[in-house]
Amino acid sequence: MKIMFVLIGSSFVLAIGFLIAFIWMVKNGQIDDDYTPSVRMLFDDGTVKKQDEEKVYKKK
Amino acid sequence: MIETLNKNTKTTCYHCGDFCAEETLVLNDKTFCCNGCKNVFMLLSENNLTSYYSIEKTPGKALKQSIGNKYAYLDDTNIQSKLISYIDHKVARLQFQIPNIHCSSCIYLLENLYKINNAVVGVRVNFLKKTANIVYDVNKISLRQLVELLASIGYEPSFTMNDINQEKPKNINRKLLFQIGVAGFCFGNIMMISFPEYFGLDNTTRHYLSSAFGYINLALSIPVFFYSGQDYLISAYKGLRKKLITIDVPLALGLVVLFVRNFYEILSHTGLGYCDTLAGLVFFLLIGKWFQQKTYDSLSFERDYKSYFPISVIKINSDNQTTTVAIDKLKIGDRILIRNNEIIPADSILLKGKANIDFSFVSGEKEPIAKELGEIIFAGGKQTSGNIELEVKKLTEQSYLTQLWNNDIFAKDNASKVETFQTKVSKYFTIALLAIAISSAIYWAVYDSSKIMGAFTAVLIIACPCALALSSPFALGNAMRNLGRKKFYLKSANVVENIANMDTIVFDKTGTITQSNESQIEFMGNPLTQLQKELIFSVTQNSIHPLSKQIAQHLNISSAIILNSFDEITGKGIKANVGGNEIEVGSAKFLNILENESNALNTRIYIKINGENVGCFVIKHAYRTGLKQVINQLTTQFKLHLLSGDNEQEKTFLQTVFPTSSELLFKQNPADKLMYINTLQGNQQKVIMVGDGLNDAGALKTANIGISLSEDTSSFSPSSDVIMDAANFELLPKYLQYCKNTMKVIYVSFCLSLLYNIIGLSYAVSGTLSPVIAAILMPISSVTVIGFTSISTYLLARKMR
Repeated sequence: MKIMFVLIGSSFVLAIGFLIAFIWMVKNGQIDDDYTPSVRMLFDDGTVKKQDEEKVYKKK
Repeated sequence: MIETLNKNTKTTCYHCGDFCAEETLVLNDKTFCCNGCKNVFMLLSENNLTSYYSIEKTPGKALKQSIGNKYAYLDDTNIQSKLISYIDHKVARLQFQIPNIHCSSCIYLLENLYKINNAVVGVRVNFLKKTANIVYDVNKISLRQLVELLASIGYEPSFTMNDINQEKPKNINRKLLFQIGVAGFCFGNIMMISFPEYFGLDNTTRHYLSSAFGYINLALSIPVFFYSGQDYLISAYKGLRKKLITIDVPLALGLVVLFVRNFYEILSHTGLGYCDTLAGLVFFLLIGKWFQQKTYDSLSFERDYKSYFPISVIKINSDNQTTTVAIDKLKIGDRILIRNNEIIPADSILLKGKANIDFSFVSGEKEPIAKELGEIIFAGGKQTSGNIELEVKKLTEQSYLTQLWNNDIFAKDNASKVETFQTKVSKYFTIALLAIAISSAIYWAVYDSSKIMGAFTAVLIIACPCALALSSPFALGNAMRNLGRKKFYLKSANVVENIANMDTIVFDKTGTITQSNESQIEFMGNPLTQLQKELIFSVTQNSIHPLSKQIAQHLNISSAIILNSFDEITGKGIKANVGGNEIEVGSAKFLNILENESNALNTRIYIKINGENVGCFVIKHAYRTGLKQVINQLTTQFKLHLLSGDNEQEKTFLQTVFPTSSELLFKQNPADKLMYINTLQGNQQKVIMVGDGLNDAGALKTANIGISLSEDTSSFSPSSDVIMDAANFELLPKYLQYCKNTMKVIYVSFCLSLLYNIIGLSYAVSGTLSPVIAAILMPISSVTVIGFTSISTYLLARKMR
């Protein structure tokens, strides 16, 4: 059963890693704005493709 | 003819979605309502940014005004330095408040601003706060050009005196999140380690495992107690020093007892301790606290007059050159130029031009007031007829309007000293808790002295009012969110409870129960011929009476016929002769006409031409729709009062709307309103003030609850507890009812949590409380209470339509 201590120890290290990640995230201000990033990630980079243009025409 | 034409050709603008009423411009098969919209489209298509139009339909906002020299003041390095948060020899960074941000397309366009102008280094939009953080190259573009660029694509930043004079202390408090993180981490790990114990271990493994587990749990509970739970301990200590028993007292008592008993049991190898209960308790409590902390970032509940005034004004120098100066740099004796639709920044004397000042926001008077040369014009009014020149007589902060803010109520922070339901209950709860704990200790002292400490501490542990402490935050926090969805924005969740305790409502008139736009006019009778229209127009145009003016405006004819005679009898009507025709305009009584219907709901102006009754103009009061129903619904539960800055013209009508018991007062200046609320409070009444303008600012602040109505929630509203969308005025009784219902939910969930406490106590008093039972009971009671409050507040909100 001594293996338990190794398991507990390693699970601890993992959990502490997550805790540090969480603190780091909060400090970076990643949860200050919980709406805008959800929209931002949907934007296409770069130029508008021709399909987009067509979609716009069809909508009208 | 014009009207029918518009109805048939309902083309909408591709950019802003407005109907193209006056002109329709076509480009690439797309229609635009004005040149401004078309130009923005051209600019965006040149820069490959037409995704703007595919993310949301018609995302733009039409540019109603030209920019001109409006932003000349941004060239002033003094103002610049106050706005810019960081600057070096290459780039500068600053944050703009942009009220026009309203959809996903806005985020797209603003964040791609660098494609339009390469001087922009980067833009970060915060949609909920309606702000844009912009970094730009100082060598390529000036601040003024940057702002003009934003304005030219329809995203005009708003600057107010507040931005300049106030330091920005806002550093978001993230401590609570760290505390939750730590508590969550410890809670999870303690649970994991405690599980084997609950399911039982055989004797050989128990020997070394359980003591090791105990020490680990103990170590994990230290940060929970000292870091995550510190606020409860500190607040309970502070409360006790002020001789106040808040909910934090029994909570802190429970925490301390838990912590100490854990140490004792684990170090003395007499038990397993309650580390999981301790960590779970703190974790749930913090979650509740976080849930209650929701705020509406894009709304400001603490505005004062400084955010109402513009930042700068055009000053005329002695050599007739104009420069832009910041308002706080204005000196007495300066000459300033005010253009149409601009706000007078300081008390001043009219030097040149035709002044017609709209004071509706400041004093509540509905009609614009004409001022003669040499007259004093008070700050805060809005010029409505062309350019005028003024000489400053008093500085902005000393002007008539802003003096209101020198009143004491603005100096002290009137954090509501109302005793909440929770504090009221916690007093009795704590006393009862201690009584039970002590009596069970006494009982065991008599029968089995080995169980004294066990029973005593178990009572304090199991009765720790976690569920009770959670019911209020969750119910109130949920209510606040639900109300926000219905456009009734609360300053904080506690406002819900305060609203539920009110018994009196005071209304402002202009802008609150009336709509700010024009009243509607209709003609009743045979349709008028063009000649008749011209005759009536010529007469009414010459009158100074507001109703005649409205009729003239309604007829909207360009040519007037010269009058032969004109006789206006004040308060009754007009008799005039126009080109040989006798025209009489006035009330039915004045013209000896018998009225066949009651006309309390609107005003009728009758017309006689050559002694013949041709009909009447019906002027509907611009009261908000559903006013009568709102008042009827409110009378059953509240005492109602009306304070108007306007004259008594509409008193008779309002008497039919308001119940006879209510007080209707007219010609009230801002200080009168404040005093009136004070008097009501002196009579032990708990007052809600519903208002909209600066003239209500004092009353809104004094009242127990200030509700400010706003046509556009991103525009200025005086400081208050609630900001409400004026379009939803009809729902006011329902909002108030919802707050009351939420309190009922809290009462019920309080009983629920007491039930759990009683079950737990029965174990505790008998001295048989095991860590497993505590560990099960605590989360279950918390989860039921959270579930119950969330679901019932949601269901109640659905009823609110």
